[in-house]
Amino acid sequence: MTGALPFTEWLVAALIVVGGSFALIGSWGLVRLPSLMERLHGPTKATTLGLGAMLVGSVAWFQLGLGQWTTHEMLVSVFLFVTAPISANMVAKVHLHRLRLGEPGAEPGPAGAPAAPPGTADWATHESPHEGTPGDFVGD
Amino acid sequence: MMGPVLEGALAFGFGALGLALAMNLWRLFKGPGLADRILALDTMVINVIGLIVLAGIAGGSGTSFEAALLLAMVGFVGTVAYAKFALRGDIIE
Repeated sequence: MTGALPFTEWLVAALIVVGGSFALIGSWGLVRLPSLMERLHGPTKATTLGLGAMLVGSVAWFQLGLGQWTTHEMLVSVFLFVTAPISANMVAKVHLHRLRLGEPGAEPGPAGAPAAPPGTADWATHESPHEGTPGDFVGD
Repeated sequence: MMGPVLEGALAFGFGALGLALAMNLWRLFKGPGLADRILALDTMVINVIGLIVLAGIAGGSGTSFEAALLLAMVGFVGTVAYAKFALRGDIIE
């Protein structure tokens, strides 16, 4: 390799700047927004997108600039894009659970507190599994 | 190999991620709820993965990406385990 083309360098630099900006904006949203349901948007969307831009920039730099083929970044980005919604869902469930238990710090978002689940239905609680759901150990 | 444009972009990226980590740390200490702290820890893991990726570009070697991959997996498992413990009082039922 005689050195990277100017185009490669500008492309990778632009991707890194965009990624760093999105990561910063996501974390700023985590600090700035008033309730947890709004704060959840910053890290799960902006920061994940920023990291995706940085990973694409890394693939482009190693492929076009150094002539090496790396696939780890692809694995990282696929794994991150799959797991980010799941962890966001878990955090939101923890928030709703704490809201129902009446934790002092937990305040409802702009949509208000969710309505109580109907009848005997319950989600995300300390109750033991109901009969007929996975983990009830009735038919085992 | 690496021109001034990319060096400047890397410096900006390191600065932005460092500032983002400081903000996450502030939210981790401030709270106010348990869910905020879990979210702050999850975001810190994502930002640290970004730092490792930028360090890999700056160092010109891909060996650190194993650490990034491992951190992505362990961070997700940690977040889910913490959330599950907060929800059910148990991690593996």
